[in-house]
Amino acid sequence: MTTRSFGSGIRRREDPRLITGKAPYTDDIKLPGMVHAAILRSPHAHANIKSIDTSGAASQPGVLAVYTGADLDGVIAGMPCAWLLPGSDLKTPEHPAIAKDRVRYVGDAVAVVVAGTRYEAEDALEHIDVEYETLGVVINPKDAAQAGAPQLHDDVENNIAFTWAVAGGDTDAAFASADVTVSDTITLPRLIANPMEPRSAIASYLAAMNELTLWSTTQNPHICRFLTSVVTGVPEHKIRVIAPEVGGGFGSKIPYYPDEAITAFCAMQLGVPVKWTETRSENYLATTQGRDHVEEVEMAATSDGTITGLRTTVYAGMGAYLSTAAPGVPTILHGLMYSGAYNIANISGTIHGVFNNGTPVDAYRGAGRPEATTLIERLVDLTAAALDMDPAELRRKNLIPKFENGHDVATGIIYDSGDYELTLDACLNNADYAGLRASQAAARAEGRLVGIGMATWVEICGLGPSQVAGAVGFQGGLWESAIVRFHPTGKVNVMVGSSPHGQGEETTFAQIVSEELGVPVEDVEIIHGDTDNTPMGWGTYGSRTTVVSGGAIAFASRKIKEKSKELAAHLLEAAVEDIEYEDGTFFVRGSADQAKTIQDIALMANVAWNMPEGMEPGLEASAFYDPPNFTYPFGTHLAVVEVDPETGRIDLQNYWAVDDCGVQINPMIVEGQVHGGVVQGVGPALWEGVVYDDNGQPLTGTMQDYALPRADLLPDINVGSTTTPSPHHPLGLKGVGEAGTIAATPTVYNAVMDALRPLGVNRVDMPLTPEKVWRAINDAKNGG
Amino acid sequence: MFPSQFTYHRAASVAEAVQLLGSNEGAKLLAGGHSLLPMMKLRVASPPTLVDIGHIADLKGVSADGDGVRIGALTTHAEIAGSALVQERAPVLAEAASRVGDPAVRNRGTIGGNVSHADPQSDLPTVLTALGATINATGPGGDRSIAAADFFTGLLENALEDNEVLTSVSVPGVASGAGTAYVKFSHPASRYSVVGAAAVVSLSGGTCSSATVVVGGVESTPTRASSVEAALAGSATGGDALAAAASAVSGDFGGDPVGDVFASNEYRQAMAAVYVRRALEAAVARAG
Ligand SMILES: Cc1cc2nc3c(=O)[nH]c(=O)nc-3n(C[C@H](O)[C@H](O)[C@H](O)COP(=O)(O)OP(=O)(O)OC[C@H]3O[C@@H](n4cnc5c(N)ncnc54)[C@H](O)[C@@H]3O)c2cc1C
Repeated sequence: MTTRSFGSGIRRREDPRLITGKAPYTDDIKLPGMVHAAILRSPHAHANIKSIDTSGAASQPGVLAVYTGADLDGVIAGMPCAWLLPGSDLKTPEHPAIAKDRVRYVGDAVAVVVAGTRYEAEDALEHIDVEYETLGVVINPKDAAQAGAPQLHDDVENNIAFTWAVAGGDTDAAFASADVTVSDTITLPRLIANPMEPRSAIASYLAAMNELTLWSTTQNPHICRFLTSVVTGVPEHKIRVIAPEVGGGFGSKIPYYPDEAITAFCAMQLGVPVKWTETRSENYLATTQGRDHVEEVEMAATSDGTITGLRTTVYAGMGAYLSTAAPGVPTILHGLMYSGAYNIANISGTIHGVFNNGTPVDAYRGAGRPEATTLIERLVDLTAAALDMDPAELRRKNLIPKFENGHDVATGIIYDSGDYELTLDACLNNADYAGLRASQAAARAEGRLVGIGMATWVEICGLGPSQVAGAVGFQGGLWESAIVRFHPTGKVNVMVGSSPHGQGEETTFAQIVSEELGVPVEDVEIIHGDTDNTPMGWGTYGSRTTVVSGGAIAFASRKIKEKSKELAAHLLEAAVEDIEYEDGTFFVRGSADQAKTIQDIALMANVAWNMPEGMEPGLEASAFYDPPNFTYPFGTHLAVVEVDPETGRIDLQNYWAVDDCGVQINPMIVEGQVHGGVVQGVGPALWEGVVYDDNGQPLTGTMQDYALPRADLLPDINVGSTTTPSPHHPLGLKGVGEAGTIAATPTVYNAVMDALRPLGVNRVDMPLTPEKVWRAINDAKNGG
Repeated sequence: MFPSQFTYHRAASVAEAVQLLGSNEGAKLLAGGHSLLPMMKLRVASPPTLVDIGHIADLKGVSADGDGVRIGALTTHAEIAGSALVQERAPVLAEAASRVGDPAVRNRGTIGGNVSHADPQSDLPTVLTALGATINATGPGGDRSIAAADFFTGLLENALEDNEVLTSVSVPGVASGAGTAYVKFSHPASRYSVVGAAAVVSLSGGTCSSATVVVGGVESTPTRASSVEAALAGSATGGDALAAAASAVSGDFGGDPVGDVFASNEYRQAMAAVYVRRALEAAVARAG
């Protein structure tokens, strides 16, 4: 009987405890003597703090302490920006955990109250008197970059935190000689990540030992420990960070937050454990957001439909301060992907990272790549329209032909492998594209606004080679490590430094060990999330965990296989060269009854009664995997929409996805990731977006106003796949965590624009809420 | 998301609730809590005292009342939507209740709370106004009844005195043969109606003999679309007649406008014409 589960859609082992609500999250943890912190947040988007009087709060029942920025000054360092983009004139103005003399967004921390109960802490906040002097506010990132705009930081001219450029070929020449050029301005709305679990932190400090333990809702406990030591001054080896169950993050739990530092500060000051948990309202103000791009973009092509050039100027809103990884998102993860799935010889992009009076912006599922894919795919559709070509055919003509081991693109990166036309064909076929176009024509003849949209996408993930990380200014490595440990009974623990939080890696990692060493998948337990019992790792984001940690697990397993072979040879009194392995059993070539199972080996290695000369006891291996390149998953998505011309409401009727994430360990998990990702990508196309008023007050401050996708507004998602292994990965993996989110926004946006095309409507800002669409239709009807 | 401190009382009877309201300055009644608690959690409302009426059995359930129905204040949206009596005598009310929020909201929210809250984006005020319902209340001075048309006095404001309890809503039966419909444009996040339109239409021969049309979501209180009603009276119902009548709704807006980041008032007015027409089409199709 085979124990192999690799490639099969076995159920996610983490689900029962997550679905039944039994899994312990940070806020579930109660330590003896624990007290509670609540943070006062700025009600103004930009103001000087004239004075703060905390005495009223300090005398409220249960209040233990009230701290302001002045108390933290010199004790808690500013929030670190950890992606120091080279060659971009990057400015990193101070970001104090608690504002000292100026607040820069609604939600900026102003003071913290610690009290015996959460209610006491919250009630006391109302007794802090802050006198503000309001300042000018700027929200739109392009407006913020203009001379004369309100300035957020004294030493950052025109609010421009950095200007980063990407260039390849000769773009000016390409545009000068083009038969056709198209241009557009694309707005990617500011998004709230909306994990089910808001952020939370508990800090416990033993002064006698100078030991700090921090429970945190982080996606990367080891980075959190590293930055906690930088910010608090407690040495790294005296800090333990524990990420218990983390209820989704979507990127918003990557950054190091002021709130974590504040909680640690309070615990260190008071000598008792302190818990802080954000409310949903706070999550909408103080947890990093995504996107916020204004993209001015152009494409050049020849009359036969060859795309010859792409040019962009992008204003990427950073919010009020640079969050941990923020500068890398609209640059490395965005600009380098401007070739998309196509051969585009001439590319140039200028990206301005701009401070504005909003919540800081950082990685959010897809991080930079949805923003790139949207502009590329929109331009491809506009080019097709300008040339009167079918958008699928224009794509086919420009797709990079199949390649198995490396393809250089004009932005200077090397895609690993791809067969883009395969996914295009599969998707068009699954959707019956010709049939869809025929029914669209019939619907149009009746005056109905039916649209078909697609995106042929490729992304950069599996982050990534550490040397490249260093070269592009990322202040860390991007490798992962794993320890695979066999116990005497043949059961296995795997310790990883990455930190899965709902993606299903407890299952897929076990499948890898089972595949490599033939142990039953249920005999493998994955341990993650605690810096004290896991090896170093850089965390879970960028569709990297299965790819990079998976690589480390595969290599550690292979080391174990080698040692097991030697031990088997010794026990079977055979030469190592004569030992064969199959399905968890080591046997002497030609005599299958002369065999030791991996479980036999685990027992013998652990009791160590009879080891070969010089072999250490135990059956355990650790491996560090630093990928030689990024991985580049790809696919084609297609959607059909119908727009109600009377109301502007959009009915998303059908959705097809064909994705290629290389080898699939567990197709059910892949499908689940695509489903969730697609839904999250449809959100900003149709419903989602933070809106601020002119004073920087968020108008979408609750879930009653910020429209998340809902099941009843979505069609069934038809998911297909192809398999093009990554040539450089030990298991051929590429990663799939963000695929759907990257593809769905342009797919749906293109579909709606296709529906409106007969009316002459070419652009409407996302999200395509009914009123905007209705106005665009009316404007077009009234002669534009 | 953490309300200010408050004192909690559970009233065993309407009389006790009235008494508790009178003796506690600023007290608020708590029914399903689906409007009040969110406001308290955001600290938009901070009542010092809550009087929970959720356990008063007298306030629950639907009963026959002449040719109509009487619906206790604590009856939930789900119970109204599922009530055979409501479906038979005032089907449009069941239709509207079935489209309130989502199942959790319908299982918890009550007609009394919904009507008292007087949210312009609620569904029931629109329909109850169209049906000519009566709101029954009990206060220190005894019982009184208020026509739905007079009950909604402004944004989140109603005609109740501070210490009155809404006890039930009386809904007359819809005239036999009349067709009714309620259509709504749901907000994608909250599910409240951006615009809701209720229509009650009676036909004789091929023409409309009478119509009542009410629109919600455009003004702070339900808008009686009398221009539409006038345009319909005696008119045909085929061709463009319903659209023409519906477009007259623009003449009915003169009150306190409602609009937000999702839908401006201008857009809501335009949508009112669309949804009124759709309600009329559905009502005409159902009329016998
Ligand atoms: C997510 C969500 C979606 C919703 N969607 C919709 C929708 O689509 N359409 C819609 O119509 N509604 C919607 N609602 C509102 C819901 O229908 C509730 O009915 C409504 O919130 C009030 O009912 P309640 O019983 O919860 O009242 P409560 O919240 O308990 O009370 C509301 C107010 O009425 C007062 N009150 C309650 N009962 C009485 C009484 N008997 N006499 C006097 N005063 C009283 C209270 O003091 C309070 O001021 C939604 C609510 C939520 C949370």
